[in-house]
Amino acid sequence: MTLLRMSIRTALRALRRNKLRSSLTMLGIVIGVAAVIAMVSIGQGANAVVREQISSLGTDLLMVIPGATTASGARSGWGGASTLTVGDGQAIARDASAVDEVAWMRRQVVQVVSGDRNWSTVAQGVPPSYPLVRDWPLTSGSFFSERDEETAQRVAVLGRSVVENLFGVGVDPVGETIRIRDVPFRVVGVLAGKGQTAFGQDQDDVVMMPFSTAERRVLGAKLVGNVDLIFARAASSDSIPEAIEQITRIVRERHRTQPGEESDFTVRSLNDMAEAQQTTTRVLSLLLLLVASISLLVGGIGIMNILLVSVTERTREIGIRMAVGARERHILVQFLVEAVALALAGGIVGVVLGALVAFAVSRVAGWPVLLSPAAIVGSVVFSALVGTFFGFYPARRAARLDPIAALRYE
Amino acid sequence: MEPLVEVRELWRVYPMGDSEVAALRGVSCRIDAGEWVAVMGASGSGKSTFLNVLGCLDRPSRGSHRFAGREVATLSSDERASIRGRELGFVFQSFQLIPRTSALENVELPLVYSEVPAREQERRAREALASVGLAGREHHLPSQLSGGQQQRVAIARALVQRPRLLLADEPTGNLDSRTSVEILDILAGLHRSGITIVMVTHEADVAAFAERILTFRDGEIVSDERPEHAGASRSVAP
Repeated sequence: MTLLRMSIRTALRALRRNKLRSSLTMLGIVIGVAAVIAMVSIGQGANAVVREQISSLGTDLLMVIPGATTASGARSGWGGASTLTVGDGQAIARDASAVDEVAWMRRQVVQVVSGDRNWSTVAQGVPPSYPLVRDWPLTSGSFFSERDEETAQRVAVLGRSVVENLFGVGVDPVGETIRIRDVPFRVVGVLAGKGQTAFGQDQDDVVMMPFSTAERRVLGAKLVGNVDLIFARAASSDSIPEAIEQITRIVRERHRTQPGEESDFTVRSLNDMAEAQQTTTRVLSLLLLLVASISLLVGGIGIMNILLVSVTERTREIGIRMAVGARERHILVQFLVEAVALALAGGIVGVVLGALVAFAVSRVAGWPVLLSPAAIVGSVVFSALVGTFFGFYPARRAARLDPIAALRYE
Repeated sequence: MEPLVEVRELWRVYPMGDSEVAALRGVSCRIDAGEWVAVMGASGSGKSTFLNVLGCLDRPSRGSHRFAGREVATLSSDERASIRGRELGFVFQSFQLIPRTSALENVELPLVYSEVPAREQERRAREALASVGLAGREHHLPSQLSGGQQQRVAIARALVQRPRLLLADEPTGNLDSRTSVEILDILAGLHRSGITIVMVTHEADVAAFAERILTFRDGEIVSDERPEHAGASRSVAP
């Protein structure tokens, strides 16, 4: 038998002999590791959901919204008196080299009627470039054309939720007529479903029409050319910062904002929003990690405590081993192995328990389960380290025993 | 010829509060290879301390302790552990077997710590057990063996490294007289095979098995005799 094998065998024998004591000692580590594994898996699942939602808004998308930026970030600038115009959008399209598509929007909540059904939804007046900017395909029909825009045609493209509420699930409404504020519109297309935003809005609950039609026939306008929102798609993810800078410069110039004066609009990138979301998750994860480390610390102290008891109980055995030739480091290794075995067993049980919790939670929340191999390996390795760290003091105490005193110990 | 063990002016002093208590007061003697020495004396006479020093379990406070030509009083604890594991064998009054561990594993212990190849360990441990008449009991636990059997396991463990010196501390102290004779017979056999034995005892009839008797009093050797009937063991053994 090699030394290590004998040490492992002796340690396991000692742990098996005191099953209840060993399992209670492991509990701290079990809880700590289970918390880490559950937390990381749940956090990753939640993050994946958020990422998916944000990418559903369109990647590389920038939004220009009315209202200034404050030191703490964007003031809630949705709505309010808009100072943005179609001209701003056109200028961005013309002059911002880091932007490859631009669209703008006016929107309002309207009542839509089809036959005997009606539905309250958001009407959006947008230029024909909008589906390109938002990377939003159609499932049926086509988006309205440049010609429809020029001539302010009464044509509409419906979101999936509107179709379901006005016509029923699975019905293709292309060619049908709907009335928006008593104006008849012909349905020319249906948008693919995009689902909810990260903030819980149903993006499919929407009716789109040419911008000119909206302005002249449906929504009205105090000032012609005013828009609620400008969308710009950056040429690539790398050019997002450049695009933001160009848009800011162009719009400030057009609004005659003096240097040093605050802008009356804000350029937001969806990446920022995604990052803000992830920062929140990260803070939460850190907090939970803190709790988990406290649990691991307590678990480690438990191991130290039980090992001190074990050293005392086995003082005579230590003396015998020394008498037959065990060196200090042999005794040290033997008790370290015992501590590591305890901690490692706790770690493995904790991984299993944490995975079960993660499965249960993601099942309830409808998230994907993402067990992180790094977290599993990491926490098992970390529990072994906890065992080594907290086992060291008792093990050294055992190794430094005086063989004669140890042999006489009753 | 160089003696196996030579001690000169050996002192062992323990601090006791402010004062000191000397367990050994300048002990000098030499033991040649092949001798069987009994160490006698009242309790507190220093005989056990003497045995612990010879066994490299304890270090003298002053003086010289040479074992097989090396000065060992100044060795590090690891070096002394190595000598204990390779060149010495211990037999104790209370057997000192590791509980819940089979006879075979107990006997293998010195081999494990001396890092003898794994394959050789079991063969040698089985041989040692067979030599003390315990073949077939390899997998018994100490709790399943009688006192005499446990002491034989302990002797097997002391022998398995073929030590140059066997140290026995009251080896028959916990045994009835019939079993004691069995154990002494085994020791006599070992002595005949050339192993040097130093044995602490306070029983004169046990000491009579040895060929030389050292008597301790107050930390000093007061007599060093080679009785006429030395080698009584030879007549006892069949």
